[in-house]
Amino acid sequence: MTELSLREPLIFELSKPGRGAVTQFPPNVAGSVRVPENLRRRSPPALPEVSELQAVRHFTRLSQMNFSIDTHFYPLGSCTMKYNPKACNTYAMLPEFLGRHPLGPEPQGFLACMYELQGMLQEITGMQAVSLTPMAGAQGEFAGVAMIRAYHRARNDTGRTEIIVPQAAHGTNPATATMCGYTVREIPCDANGDVDIEALKLAVSPATAGIMLTNPSTLGVFERKIVQIARTVHEAGGLLYYDGANLNAILGKVRPGDMGFDVIHMNLHKTFSTPHGGGGPGSGAVGVSARLKAFLPLPIVGKENARYRWLTEGDLPQSIGRLSGFMGNAGVNLRAYIYMRLLGRQGMVRVAEFAALNANYLMKRLQAIGFEAAYPKRRASHEFIITLKQEHKAYHVSAMDVAKRLLDYGFHAPTTYFPLLVPECLLIEPTETEAKEDLDRFCDAMASIREEMRHDPEKLASAPHTMPVRRLDDVRAAKQLDLIWKGSAAYQEPLGS
Amino acid sequence: MAFIPHTAEDIARMLGVIGVNGIEDLFDEIPAELRAGALSLPEPLSEMEIGRLMGERAAIDGRPLNFIGAGAYEHHIPAPVWSIATRGEFYSAYTPYQAEASQGTLQLVYEYQSMMCALTGMEVSNASLYDGASALAEACLMAVRSNRSSSSRRILMPRAVNPTYAQVARAIAGNQDISFVPVDYDRFAGVTLLEALEAYSAQDFTALIVQQPNFFGSLEEVDALTNWAHENKILLIALVNPISLALLKPPAQWGTEIAGVRGADIVCGEGQSLGVPLASGGPYFGFMATRMHYVRQMPGRIVGRTVDTEGRPGFSLTLQAREQHIRRSKATSNICTNQGLMVTAATIYMSLLGPRGLEAVAQASMQRTGELISALCQVAGVKRGFTAPHFHEAVLLLDRPAAEVLAALYRKGIIGGLDLSERYPELGSAMLVCATETKLSVDIDRYRAALTDAMSASCAT
Repeated sequence: MTELSLREPLIFELSKPGRGAVTQFPPNVAGSVRVPENLRRRSPPALPEVSELQAVRHFTRLSQMNFSIDTHFYPLGSCTMKYNPKACNTYAMLPEFLGRHPLGPEPQGFLACMYELQGMLQEITGMQAVSLTPMAGAQGEFAGVAMIRAYHRARNDTGRTEIIVPQAAHGTNPATATMCGYTVREIPCDANGDVDIEALKLAVSPATAGIMLTNPSTLGVFERKIVQIARTVHEAGGLLYYDGANLNAILGKVRPGDMGFDVIHMNLHKTFSTPHGGGGPGSGAVGVSARLKAFLPLPIVGKENARYRWLTEGDLPQSIGRLSGFMGNAGVNLRAYIYMRLLGRQGMVRVAEFAALNANYLMKRLQAIGFEAAYPKRRASHEFIITLKQEHKAYHVSAMDVAKRLLDYGFHAPTTYFPLLVPECLLIEPTETEAKEDLDRFCDAMASIREEMRHDPEKLASAPHTMPVRRLDDVRAAKQLDLIWKGSAAYQEPLGS
Repeated sequence: MAFIPHTAEDIARMLGVIGVNGIEDLFDEIPAELRAGALSLPEPLSEMEIGRLMGERAAIDGRPLNFIGAGAYEHHIPAPVWSIATRGEFYSAYTPYQAEASQGTLQLVYEYQSMMCALTGMEVSNASLYDGASALAEACLMAVRSNRSSSSRRILMPRAVNPTYAQVARAIAGNQDISFVPVDYDRFAGVTLLEALEAYSAQDFTALIVQQPNFFGSLEEVDALTNWAHENKILLIALVNPISLALLKPPAQWGTEIAGVRGADIVCGEGQSLGVPLASGGPYFGFMATRMHYVRQMPGRIVGRTVDTEGRPGFSLTLQAREQHIRRSKATSNICTNQGLMVTAATIYMSLLGPRGLEAVAQASMQRTGELISALCQVAGVKRGFTAPHFHEAVLLLDRPAAEVLAALYRKGIIGGLDLSERYPELGSAMLVCATETKLSVDIDRYRAALTDAMSASCAT
């Protein structure tokens, strides 16, 4: 017997042969159907055998080891960790919605919601049509670039082999371009965080298929030269792709369609507050200008004679095709619909206003404490970057140390070391749903950590101190791969041996 | 203001700190000519109002009795599954990049990976992909990266594989010059024709896909197919239903040992049947498992067990050097997210069912489907499509147009099956039907009675 700890054994260690949550087992069914000998399983799979209470307690205890929006301020830049209203989950989980098979006759109630969602997203982004099919931001990106490719091909414009990506872009942008068969040409940003227009002019050519941009950029500032960028790329015959990662910053203030973008993806799990679920499911709806409408991924919801129906290959023969087995993350889209109806016209504009208010307030306060903003002359969008390069030099503490120490103070860490351009950076996004008091508490923690840097840097280097585990050995994790449980004997063997 | 906590006093003080007069000033870097006008959106609703609206919309859709499977299966979901999965600590957490503050999710994913390896017999599993169809597309891309003895980028895609999955694989992998070659099925048995494969023996292919049970619900002769692939230096991608694996031979044991290798090389599939509701098609989750040999070619997140600075065990994301945020344009995939919340549900589901419960679910589903087929084949004009043994789905042939019959059934509150006429015109009027443990004899009787009426009624209604 050891003292109480935050650790929880593996579910496999709670298992005993013959135990089970038997009320969950189906009753025996009489019948004569048998699996042929040569196709049968010989021994049962090594799944745990536990009681219902053991399972409930185990997974509840595991949940308690997580930070989450419901329990902690979570200023993770680029991820928009805002409150996920409970109503969105409750009403998306009505039994009629949950029980519906995707291939049955078209459910008019559910499709009405999806049709209206498409319309609201179109209006907010200034695009001409929307498909809700992509299952995550990265799949929305894939759909977007695949549509750019299909567009050029349909015009027999086959010499376009390059996608331009600014250095500050998310890693998904270049990875997506590669997945779509393009080569990537990176261009730099200037000292104020805007795209270097001269570099862009040199980069565009008859080989340019398009450019992928985030605006506000990942540097937390609005790309002021967007009109010039759009003109330059369009004149070269390329198209503009909008990465919607930072759409929260501009809702109702400026629309990607009006900025000249041809195709965009939206992260419904960021801007429209569907849950992040510990890493998905997301939803990456795409919107397009008129010239890309024919290439949208399927299915899409259409309306004819007061009836809703799925548009398919017959309706859009030039579509880039299907990206999921059915119709994307339907239940996530339903949550986004409920969220948008709760906010409505007025609420939608306030999202950007209060996200910007919180970000700019937090930036000013942290500057006052002594932290260095990466772009002090710029307005923060919904997020901003502070760089710890001075502190790194003076006290040998890293951005990672500060991030880990924040956990001890009860705050989830901001995004660290992204964007890669800014040394020792923290990307901080408070979101509009945080109260001033919580921002102030965060500032108090940062001030206190700043004191520790000077007087007790070891405290930072060895943080966190209050979590279920201390800093983990990632090198060992990658070199001595231990990816599955291999039986109790293997587990009980001390890992250090 | 919906979900915004600021009081007028808060706003005034915050603006003072920033040094601006109003919130509008915070947007002064946006060129004036680009500024949006008023949006045309509906007025906000209170929670009570949205609750009422959603209740009305749900009522329109009702709760018909469903007999479609075709890649999404209605199983009983134990109450603890979603009661725990929707706890805010799971529901509203982000990807576990800060490992120390995410040990709950990370340990759960490690347990999930272990369970998927137990089911499939494989050595490693990732933390999940978007869904079954996109998992198959990613498996194809992975096979091209992994099979060093093939340079063709051609993959054999049997026609007995879910046709939507084939479309998705083409849409996703096609942009990288990967092509798919169809392999026909035996019209009598409803399984992939080994003779059709033999014609390709001398050619260079990267991979062969085998779906077990296949789209028709029939059980493929997986040993012969796997051996053929390995004899021809072709990787075998197994597309499997996780519930069926409680009864069926795990893909790691398919075929015999050839050149030191036995079984499927990559295993993938749709995880929805493990505790995830049908919900009009998503969110579900795709799973993927493989040999340790190929782990660095596998896309998606992977959780590993390691130790902390005090030597205590802990969990973290590992092998991140494969991923987009490190490798950018050279990543194995552009994928960032997995379907974390669905994996949470599936892990709780598998823990509650265990090996005996899962086997009972598989067995009951198979028996109910047998009962359903026997009952429906007693109706005049209805007969079985194929002779091969089935798991929990089968094709029925009708002597009337399937679309009309299904429409008549729906008017009686029954979703009778999936019309195959467009997907497989050579079958004539055919539908794919499914029963799981959730269908009781009383449901099957109701279906048979309604089908009897539908088959004898005149076409016009």
